[in-house]
Amino acid sequence: MEIIVCVKRVPMTQEVDLEISPQKNDVRKEMLAYVINEWDNYAIEEAIQIKEKLGGTVTAVTIGNEDDEEVLRRCLAMGADKAFRIDPGNLVMDPFVISKVLAQFIKGQPHDLILTGVQRDDLNEGAVGTMLAEHLGLPHAEVVRKVELTDKEATIRVELEGGTDEVSKIQVPALLSIQTGINEPRYVSIMGIRKAAKKELNVVGVDTLGLAAADLQARTMVEEIFLPPETEGAQFIEGDPATVADEILRILKEKGVGI
Amino acid sequence: MGEIFVVAEHRKGEVREVTYQMLWKANDLCQKLSQTLTLVLIGAKDEPFLNDLKERADKVLAVEGLANFNGDLYKEILFRLIQEHKPLLTLAAHTPWGMDFAPSLSVKLGYPIATDCVDVLVDNGKPKALRQIYSGKLFSKVAFQDAPGYLITIRSGAFPAEKVGDHKGEIVRMPVPADLPRPVKQFVAFEDAGAGEVDITQADLLVSIGRGVGEADKVPMVKELADKMKGVLSCSRPVVDKNWLPKFHQVGTSGKSVKPKVYLAFGISGAFQHVAGITGAGCVIAVNKDKKAPIFRVADYGVVDDLFKIVDALKAKLA
Repeated sequence: MEIIVCVKRVPMTQEVDLEISPQKNDVRKEMLAYVINEWDNYAIEEAIQIKEKLGGTVTAVTIGNEDDEEVLRRCLAMGADKAFRIDPGNLVMDPFVISKVLAQFIKGQPHDLILTGVQRDDLNEGAVGTMLAEHLGLPHAEVVRKVELTDKEATIRVELEGGTDEVSKIQVPALLSIQTGINEPRYVSIMGIRKAAKKELNVVGVDTLGLAAADLQARTMVEEIFLPPETEGAQFIEGDPATVADEILRILKEKGVGI
Repeated sequence: MGEIFVVAEHRKGEVREVTYQMLWKANDLCQKLSQTLTLVLIGAKDEPFLNDLKERADKVLAVEGLANFNGDLYKEILFRLIQEHKPLLTLAAHTPWGMDFAPSLSVKLGYPIATDCVDVLVDNGKPKALRQIYSGKLFSKVAFQDAPGYLITIRSGAFPAEKVGDHKGEIVRMPVPADLPRPVKQFVAFEDAGAGEVDITQADLLVSIGRGVGEADKVPMVKELADKMKGVLSCSRPVVDKNWLPKFHQVGTSGKSVKPKVYLAFGISGAFQHVAGITGAGCVIAVNKDKKAPIFRVADYGVVDDLFKIVDALKAKLA
């Protein structure tokens, strides 16, 4: 089974004060630490587990600059066989352009199964997977939290709201967008990443893919980003932990919670 | 006058709340953009909710004869309806089902799409989308490249669900087209993934943990506090993803909606999917190290500190 996994490197933004860039269309990224997009980490793990069971190869693909190769090395260390970085140059990309670039690249690669994460953690569109499947004419499913695969068909569980799963059968080749929690992504050591340095990591320029100008034209533009409007928000309880604890217990009593 | 489409989401004979929320916003947009409101209802026939829905739209296009949701068939049916009616704007839900058909529909139509939007603005007669990015820490205003029509998927809970406007919706019934492509995906069943030994929906006090708890070994420390307080332990999604607690503890969109008198949130950042599950809570007290964590925007009381210091202090008081 030839499996392609689309991955992305994203900034970590929890417990960080974000600063808006002077152009006001993104945040300043110089000082941010980066990780593999959480959903993609589960997707690559799922691909490797499928390969371990059914055989085949796992190929990791990202669109990004040299720094983004870090996530590809990580995928290789986890057990991917090869990796491709598509260099976008100065291209302005929305989900449509991203999906077009990925589709054009993947058309030239053998693929029985394509996995993506449900969404990227920074901009959370959750659109690229479905668009990519449409470009490639592949069956697809979103928010998948379980996959059981045979040659021609997969039985999948899609996570709906309120703890309900939708079980369905989908023809293969297919594209699945993977939800967090589907598996336990394996640990990656520094040693493992070093060992994987010998594996194949190729760089492809977006201009070599033969895409038309219209395919590279973003259909949505970020005009402006801004801080959320001020709300009343929480009333902060100040003081040492003992004082805070007293206040919390007082509130519980006031709200009629019996302790 | 042109149309604005709203694609209804319904499941097991019930309209999903997000449908009413989209209708509320579409009503507002119809006034601002001088359009009429058309609800597209695929796959429901003579449902009791049809009468209620028609009072919320100028027209209901009821496409009859599809037993279960199927994203590919939704895409195909909507593609044909949009080509015929040419609505300026089509709203769909940003739910697992909406995510299944809306982005591919936009590709098939050649229309721009903005997903997971919390508001739709009108700027010089053109729709623009408002989105939350970076875990809700920032908003992003998105403009579209000029096109005959636009697609926007709406986050659940972004708008009120109440009935607005004076509509006497005309119901236009039509069968599912006979020449649809053969589906490549077959529905098997709905299954409940969340049942378990604890019912977090009935508790007066929920002591809830998030990613901030750090590791599985620390979960019992908070469980101990919950027991001491006669509360029930609950959690946010990352805790379940990491197998620190089983799914029946999970609060939020993909877990359970809860309504305790007090919700005590330890190390929960407050992703919207989580916050959506605690709107029924009487009082929310949040403890988090990050003063900018979105949970503080919805909490009644906030504590900026290491959660274990507060857990230990509470335990000491209750000893």
